[in-house]
Amino acid sequence: MRPATRPSLLDRLSSLGAQTLALLAVLGQFKWLGARMVARLPAVLARPSLVVRQVHFLGNHSLAIIVVSGLFVGLVLGLQGYYTLRRYGSEEAIGLLVALALVRELGPVVTALLFAGRAGTALAAEIGLMKSGEQLAALEAMAVDPLRRIVAPRFIAGLIVLPILAALFSAVGVLGGWLVAVGLIGVDDGAFWSQIATGVDFWEDLMNGVWKSCVFGWAVTQIALFMGLECKPTPEGVARATTQTVVVGSLVVLGLDFVLTALMFG
Amino acid sequence: MSALPTPLLQVERLCFAYGERPILKDLRFSLGRGEVLAVMGGSGVGKTTILRLLAGLLRPTDGRVEVFGEDLSQANQAALYAVRRRMGLLFQFGALLTDLTCFENVAFPMREHLRLPEPMLRDLVQMKLEAVGLRGAADLYPSEISGGMARRVALARAVALDPQVILYDEPFAGLDPISLGVTARLIRTLNDALGAGSIVVTHDVAESFAIADHVAVLAPTPQGAIVVAHGTPDEMRQSQDPYVQQFLGGHEHGPVAFHMPALPIEEAFE
Repeated sequence: MRPATRPSLLDRLSSLGAQTLALLAVLGQFKWLGARMVARLPAVLARPSLVVRQVHFLGNHSLAIIVVSGLFVGLVLGLQGYYTLRRYGSEEAIGLLVALALVRELGPVVTALLFAGRAGTALAAEIGLMKSGEQLAALEAMAVDPLRRIVAPRFIAGLIVLPILAALFSAVGVLGGWLVAVGLIGVDDGAFWSQIATGVDFWEDLMNGVWKSCVFGWAVTQIALFMGLECKPTPEGVARATTQTVVVGSLVVLGLDFVLTALMFG
Repeated sequence: MSALPTPLLQVERLCFAYGERPILKDLRFSLGRGEVLAVMGGSGVGKTTILRLLAGLLRPTDGRVEVFGEDLSQANQAALYAVRRRMGLLFQFGALLTDLTCFENVAFPMREHLRLPEPMLRDLVQMKLEAVGLRGAADLYPSEISGGMARRVALARAVALDPQVILYDEPFAGLDPISLGVTARLIRTLNDALGAGSIVVTHDVAESFAIADHVAVLAPTPQGAIVVAHGTPDEMRQSQDPYVQQFLGGHEHGPVAFHMPALPIEEAFE
């Protein structure tokens, strides 16, 4: 006999409908947050010191992890590239392989993933704790718009910082590839750089990577801010917001990367 | 002190519900210049909700909240902010900005709304901190001072812009006897010095009766909290209302049950 508590098809359908509606509501709130932050851009840009402070906080504090990760990714790309390319006698192309992989894909994507883990979590926790400590409500009560004073400067800083970090990641990564190719394997120095100079197109490769990192910067920063603003004002709620920032932020970056790659290089 | 004919703040038929759960029903009261009004009631009766409605942080489900002649239930953000610039709100736990020192916390509303030369701003902040006895804590962060001190810094911040209406959420909770008396006198003094109106939401009978001109007592009903009695502290002491008598006397038995409805105790321990 079927247990009486087993949900009927109708129950399951209504539960699915409720979950879909809840998801749509969250997406709507997310879009609404973006629109409200964009509306505050002129007011925020009139006080650049707020943005500069956040650029320092988000950018400078992420520098170490970005540079070290970029170096190791470049080193590994150099080694892996050599193992494959030597079969075809094209070791000189290591530079081109490393540079293209970094500026088109790995630079923007890995930087965005690291940024979500390093700066995104910090943003979500900061905003979440301000919410749970009633600091955002206190700002409202003092006739200070928290979106203008606290949230939007962080959003703009994220947009500025991520492309710079991604560029640094790629640059250090290419140096890592150079260390392996020229320093370790003995590829000709001139061949390494000239392959890069001739094979990497400024608009097609470099700028598409920059656009990608701009989109990722927008996505990760807004997700982090949204999670902080919408979290339950409890310790568990803040912890959940930081975790969700990394999980959702990473998945969105990977999903967006597929879409952008298809659009840009398809 | 008697209220002037045009009130600073007026509440008419104020109703509020969180979703389906009614919190407040048909509240009416007003606040005149120079007046201190104590809004009293037990825990969970909706006192903090009232303050949030008066500051426009929540919108009423029905009725009007009028501050300086502006109906907050209809006001847009710019109008709300214009009202709040003339209003001070002291949060129950201070809600200080934890990344700023006490000095910068008090300076914060001045920096945001006024363009003052730095020496003048420093003098003003020092004066506000002196008024709450915490000039010596100017360079400390909120994490380095006690909860009661944080509340006093928050009070200095709430009156930083010389507001015309000051709202206090449980200003006496958790204070030591000295701070309690000083804070109560400070509320009265600030109110009179600024020529403002103050609403003190509290369940502390002795201190609020000592400083309030009028008292409104809230009682819970299934349809939401209502004002069961309103008058001067002396009128409240004379009140025959059973809820007022239970509240002021602190009796366990009366219209409000101390115990939440539950299973009979014999069944609970079977």
